[in-house]
Amino acid sequence: MALATRPDRRPTVVRTVWDSTLGKKTIMAVSGLVMLSFLVVHMFGNLKIFFGPGTFNGYAHWLRTVGEPFLHYEWALWIIRTGLVVAVIAHAVCAYQLSRRDLRARPVGYAHRKARASYATRTMRWGGVILGLFIVWHLLDLTTLTVNRNAEPGHPYENVVATFHTWYGDVIYIVAMLALGLHIRHGFWSAAQTLGAGSRTRDRVLKATANGLALVLTAGFIAVPVGVMTGIVS
Amino acid sequence: MKLTLRVWRQKDTRAPGAMEEYDVDGVSPDMSFLEMLDTLNERLTLEGADPVAFDHDCREGICGACSLVINGDAHGRERTTACQLHMRSFRDGDTIDVEPWRAAAFPVVRDLVVDRSAFDRIIQAGGYVSVPTGAAPEAHATPVPKAAADLAFEHAECIGCGACVAACPNGSAMLFTSAKVNHLNVLPQGAPERETRVLDMVAQMDAEGFGGCTLTGECATACPKGIPLMSITSMNKEWLRANRKVSRN
Repeated sequence: MALATRPDRRPTVVRTVWDSTLGKKTIMAVSGLVMLSFLVVHMFGNLKIFFGPGTFNGYAHWLRTVGEPFLHYEWALWIIRTGLVVAVIAHAVCAYQLSRRDLRARPVGYAHRKARASYATRTMRWGGVILGLFIVWHLLDLTTLTVNRNAEPGHPYENVVATFHTWYGDVIYIVAMLALGLHIRHGFWSAAQTLGAGSRTRDRVLKATANGLALVLTAGFIAVPVGVMTGIVS
Repeated sequence: MKLTLRVWRQKDTRAPGAMEEYDVDGVSPDMSFLEMLDTLNERLTLEGADPVAFDHDCREGICGACSLVINGDAHGRERTTACQLHMRSFRDGDTIDVEPWRAAAFPVVRDLVVDRSAFDRIIQAGGYVSVPTGAAPEAHATPVPKAAADLAFEHAECIGCGACVAACPNGSAMLFTSAKVNHLNVLPQGAPERETRVLDMVAQMDAEGFGGCTLTGECATACPKGIPLMSITSMNKEWLRANRKVSRN
């Protein structure tokens, strides 16, 4: 006989995660860390530009042949791209839904306003929107080459130089990379907290890592337009 | 001391409210903030006006009834409750803004009084331990490690005032819920309901319409009892663990 005192069936874990603010934050943390690890790899790849067109273009070609002969030409690249698109969409959808919820939770503001939280913390939402727009521009500029005048398919080194020879190319890129640094500064530490990895003893290490990652990535990415502008890369 | 108060006045939940200005004279620096409001209310009553409604009870900083946002800070600038905030923290001639907790989940009942039953429902969802009734159990039957006892006590200090929600830009109740979850989850007595407690309390917290946590840390800064921000991290960990455990059963 079935127990009368048996508690009701719990919703599935997928349901619990998707319906909960904590679950959505978990999705944001995981997708954020996926994108962050991609960015570290991306930055190292970018820095090859300082070793000349041969190295850089060779690296770009190698990216397309990763996994061969098991994977076909460009397959590895497309698998990574798919994963990144999923991460970006999951991150953005959760951020949008959580932000909507947060704004609804404080319908009336305080008459006595005061500055709250750090700059990095306050700019997470708009910073995220800026980064989203930047990703679109960045793909149109250096992947599809749609907005990059003087670009030629198959010549990534020359295309990078071409894009950073325009003033707007430099401005968009540098502003976005500063936004990225701020986003990572609060985002990495927050992700650690959301995933339950933070603790009192580990807090300083986590904050230092967040600041370090933010600084290194921003500097590493900005080095490329600066290199082109100063003529080190031409 | 002579002060200018700007106080939120609102007839009831549905009526629109507004900040109204009052001059308060003869304030002693030794008065608590609530005693200063009492002085104002005595005068308003004598004048035949409606006194300012505000929540208060023990007036010794342990009950969690008082709920005033003073100059934009929950309970004022000092790490204490509004009843333990003294007028010596202000200067003669100051203008002070007094507002209720602002959150969708805490509707204003009147003036500075808000309805905090949402917290009660979060507690009802899992903020308890189920024990068989009968004779009191032998006190030493369940050994509690010192570290666990200290941690539980630190979280048990939460008086449920709601300052965390009032201070959070998202009106999130994460610090309150995490204090209550951790308080019981670290103790052996709380172990049998460890998973259901965190899952049910978080679900109730979300159902009440509180916002999500963006880890701004405003809650822990405002908390009169010093519940640490790491409390939220611990609850996140408990919640993830509970989901893993429940999915295995």
